[in-house]
Amino acid sequence: MSDDTLFAEVTDQANRANPYPLYHRLREKPVSRQRDGTYVVSSHAAIRSLMFDPRLSSEDLPPSQRPPTGNPFKDWIVNPIKNHIVNTHRPLIFRDPPDHDTLRGIVMEQFTIPRVRGVHRGVEDIVGELIDRLRDRDELCLVENFSYPLPVMVICRLLGVPEEDEQQFQEWASQLATALEPDARGDDETRQATAAAFDAIADYMSGLIREKRRHPADDMLSGLANPERGRPAMGDADLIATSVLLLVAGHETTVNLITNGMLTLLRHPDELERLRRDPERAPRLIEELLRYEPPVHFRTRKALDDIAVAGTVIPKDAPIVLLFAAGSRDPARFANPDRFDPDREDNQHFGFGGGLHYCLGAPLARIETEIALVALSRRLKAPRLLADPPPYRTGASLRGPEKLRIGIGGIA
Amino acid sequence: MTEPNRAGSLRVVVDLNRCQGYAQCCYAAPEQFALRGHEILFYDPMPPAEKRAEVVRAVQACPVRAISVDVEGLDPRAAF
Amino acid sequence: MSAAEAGIFVVGASLAGLRGAEALRRQGYAGPLTLVGDEPHLPYDRPPLSKHVLSGELDADGTALPHLVALDAQWRLGSKAVGLDRVAKRLRLASGDELAYDRLLIATGAQARPWPATDGPLPSGIHTLRGRDDAAALRSALAVGPNRVLIIGGGLIGCEAASSCRDLGLPVTVADPNPTPLARVLGSSIGAVITERMQAAGVDFRAGTQVEGFEADAAGRVCKARFAKGGEIETNLVIVALGATRDTAWLEAAGLMADETGLACDGACRALDARGRPAPGIYAAGDVARTPIPLYGGRSLAFEHWGNATAQAGHAARNMLAAEDDQREYHHLPSFWSSQFGVNIKCVGLAEGADTVAVVQGSRAAHRFLAVYGREGRTIAAVSFDEARWLPAYAERIEAGAAFPPILGATDQSIKDTGPPGFPEPRSR
Repeated sequence: MSDDTLFAEVTDQANRANPYPLYHRLREKPVSRQRDGTYVVSSHAAIRSLMFDPRLSSEDLPPSQRPPTGNPFKDWIVNPIKNHIVNTHRPLIFRDPPDHDTLRGIVMEQFTIPRVRGVHRGVEDIVGELIDRLRDRDELCLVENFSYPLPVMVICRLLGVPEEDEQQFQEWASQLATALEPDARGDDETRQATAAAFDAIADYMSGLIREKRRHPADDMLSGLANPERGRPAMGDADLIATSVLLLVAGHETTVNLITNGMLTLLRHPDELERLRRDPERAPRLIEELLRYEPPVHFRTRKALDDIAVAGTVIPKDAPIVLLFAAGSRDPARFANPDRFDPDREDNQHFGFGGGLHYCLGAPLARIETEIALVALSRRLKAPRLLADPPPYRTGASLRGPEKLRIGIGGIA
Repeated sequence: MTEPNRAGSLRVVVDLNRCQGYAQCCYAAPEQFALRGHEILFYDPMPPAEKRAEVVRAVQACPVRAISVDVEGLDPRAAF
Repeated sequence: MSAAEAGIFVVGASLAGLRGAEALRRQGYAGPLTLVGDEPHLPYDRPPLSKHVLSGELDADGTALPHLVALDAQWRLGSKAVGLDRVAKRLRLASGDELAYDRLLIATGAQARPWPATDGPLPSGIHTLRGRDDAAALRSALAVGPNRVLIIGGGLIGCEAASSCRDLGLPVTVADPNPTPLARVLGSSIGAVITERMQAAGVDFRAGTQVEGFEADAAGRVCKARFAKGGEIETNLVIVALGATRDTAWLEAAGLMADETGLACDGACRALDARGRPAPGIYAAGDVARTPIPLYGGRSLAFEHWGNATAQAGHAARNMLAAEDDQREYHHLPSFWSSQFGVNIKCVGLAEGADTVAVVQGSRAAHRFLAVYGREGRTIAAVSFDEARWLPAYAERIEAGAAFPPILGATDQSIKDTGPPGFPEPRSR
């Protein structure tokens, strides 16, 4: 295994359960050119430096591609138009300023503090209900029974998606999440499946947006679909791309954060016990989780110019991987980086990224994770891992267990 | 010597050189932190003690760790 | 009392003094620790005074600084240090008390530069703004509703005070000898943006204007100010915002290199004696300390910056506890922020002395931009108006001494607006 194939090792499913030794090896060269021409950035200092560098572009998605249908009208007229719309109205995580800023500003006007904090009660209710359902069981799958359903219910309520459609949403979200995996982008089949899922969800969203225009309610979609006169607004194509993004990003990542969180606590039973006795430890514990087992391990960028960083020049147009999860375990920045230590001071992790693309949903993720982990620590009796390591989902970036089997002695 | 220190207040300071306007504190403790305009952070340097949990959430949530609060367990008046 | 028992004295109980004392404890100093402060207050934060305290959103006594470490210190507040005997290692206080010290961290800060002495007493209603008592007095005076506030000096404090007064709906005139506000700090090319913000906010900015004197009414209260170039203005509340002088008068007989520009130190923050040698056991930090700045060719500078106070105090404390042969040089990238007229201004590096300024992101017209300053082909500073997110990238380039302009080919970037920064001639004194 040579240095210029290390990142291929990271994306290899075989290393999903523990990619951290690979990260340590990658970090020996903070900016490492891989055989395919990608530059992987893995030290805290170099990631931080590039995160604020305006010469990094997020507009690095390959063009959208719909599968041939054999119907000339679709293949020559409809799909090229659809592809064009998708390519020019990417969601804001794949956009640069000034477009990014405009879109993000509009979303933030709807992602208001009262609205976000307002989910608190609802999250507590859902969490309570999901745990109640585990009564009379001695085993559960945390992903299936808890982490998966919770965030989708929360984001659907915040957006204003009717409850009866939540199930359908989960399926679309799952498919679309793979589009965020850079290793899946080159694969025609995946791109076509993604396009199909996107078309389905886009059709659904257009319908829902029309509905929100007819009957506005107090939710984000209603706010986005009915902008106040004189305020910046987005067109329907951006609105659809944005709502799909909020759904997918607000969902998949939170599933991983909660699941990784419980996995980590079960591996550190003393910390689980401390949290149970003192729920006020949750905020610092969650920040340490975001450092130690983050829900998003890396994001990709593109160099707009030659960029010198950490002794390497990344050439113009080169693809870049910001390996956040490696930076968050950099021994040059964090003492004993491989130790899970919620009492760590000055914990400037990259769990939510950083710079202008800093996770928009971070406050929501924190609320959900805090309520979830505190409730799990208090209500699951004698929880223990039934398989360690658990099986992982395919994503190397949006990394998390596919199943997390936990044995319990009942619920409190 | 008397100090007109309001009994029971916490003391908070934000390093505004570090602050990048991520606004995570505003979500964590909206009565204590607010973003004005594009990126001006306004905050209450002496929030009431019962807001401690929220303020601590803000401290923890700050991506650049710009917020400082009295060391835990220290009575602000005990400095004398 | 033996010297070992006297312990470390921190003279000055504001931001630098507090953070210095905390750094001493954090780095393991377990001996006696005393903080001496001339004000009767525990350390408080000053930046809000000219902003939210003046506008009435915060009380003047509502900005106490948090204590980040249990200090276990003696506090001598309301005790002004008036003299230092380095040979006897004794500190003299205004009360007449003499205190033995072992080592000293000097962090006495600065004072507002007063209105130059004139014949006879000044009319009432003329304020300066530095401490929390100043802010409380000024706040009360503003609350009465003066007919017009005249601010003399368009530096950071003058501009922030003007902004707060406009928030209160008060008529405001700012008189400054330079073409724009903040001309000394940022140059008049960037300062012109502040002029526009001021005008939009309804401030009467008088460029190239110096105030010559005041007239008082029968009650001895200021009622008019006269301009040097002729003319006058009615005002019954004046804020003198002419910068600060370093608080070193008490060191006059101490045999240290100190004047109103600061206490000269070496790169390790050790105070220098009259012959330019480090005085054993005496360190300085914060506004009062003038240290050579490697990044700017070793120029000896004192900064009135919040970030410098904390960083330098920590550094001085570290060196105080370190061995003679382990004294580290203080490396610091100057930086400050200001919020005024709804804009967040952040600056890194020292813009003064630049020969070129280029707006690299956003535009001056939009009042939202990032500009970089160059001198002889090198990048020396950057300022952001509501574009702080890119600033760290530029800060790194400044620290690395990068060529000017430092970053090209960036997203959302166009360098069309470049030219001389328009710094005024250095003050002659």
